[in-house]
Amino acid sequence: MVPLPFSLPFAALEVGQHLYWQLGGLKIHGQVFLSSWLVIGALLALVVAGTRKLERDPSGAQNLLEFLWEYLRDIAREYIGEKAYRDWLPFIGTLFLFIFVSNWGGALVPWKLIHLPSGELGAPTADINTTIALALLVSLAYFYAGLSRKGFRYFEYYVEPTPIMLPFKIVEDFTKPLSLSFRLFGNILADELVVAVLAFLVPLIVPLPVMFLGLFTSAIQALIFATLAAYYIGEAVHEEAH
Amino acid sequence: MDSITSAASVVAAGLAVGLGSIGPGIGQGTASGGAVEGIARQPEAEGKIRGTLLLSLAFMESLTIYGLVVALVLLFANPFAG
Repeated sequence: MVPLPFSLPFAALEVGQHLYWQLGGLKIHGQVFLSSWLVIGALLALVVAGTRKLERDPSGAQNLLEFLWEYLRDIAREYIGEKAYRDWLPFIGTLFLFIFVSNWGGALVPWKLIHLPSGELGAPTADINTTIALALLVSLAYFYAGLSRKGFRYFEYYVEPTPIMLPFKIVEDFTKPLSLSFRLFGNILADELVVAVLAFLVPLIVPLPVMFLGLFTSAIQALIFATLAAYYIGEAVHEEAH
Repeated sequence: MDSITSAASVVAAGLAVGLGSIGPGIGQGTASGGAVEGIARQPEAEGKIRGTLLLSLAFMESLTIYGLVVALVLLFANPFAG
């Protein structure tokens, strides 16, 4: 648990330093809560502003929201299937928007201007606890989707096409949330570290292309997370054509 | 942390990322080559191929990221620091 041996003008990069809040017997990372509340607030504000005066010819925020809705609907429909996608579109959409706004917010907002006693505000997804929570939600969601749609016939999926697959499918239930959470966490933290190291070596201009690359990969990671969640749910509700 | 532990951790972190990126690098090259071939053969399928390619590249990239996570744990949250 060492801070990196340098500091930057607009973002201190401290791996493993947190603003601890004591909640009962739990120590929680306050900076993650603060920044995720900011992200949730920004999303809510956008949605409320975009849906207050609905018009037939959408413009401004309503136009953006309709574009996002269609984009997310296409993802959900492609991976979950025509029958079940309506139930899961809100979940997939929430995951995508939260992760996307978190990733971009962590990179674009100069968080250092808000001073905290310890730790630093940043992308909530750069904390492993956030990503593990999201990944476990996805696990719960696909179990619930499978069980509610097929009942106990859902477990037939574990022995298809042959019972030899059983151990692999059980292990897969554990590796799915593991890989989902590590992928998101590692990518976001790696982006921040690369930008920080480059900005430490050359403070001006040179980090810019890497920051744009970081924006690109973090947008892709949000898409990947939502797509994989949709894929896992789709796999659980998929009906075999017997 | 005594000096031999920190030295070993730094070497191991370097090896974790370095070795971990060999396989995914080869895999991503193969996948992109296949995608380019597919687009050249059938340019109208470009959109679909690009989507699938990005998704599979991110899958391969996550293997490197696992190595990176191990490296980060060794550097910043070393369980053997004692």
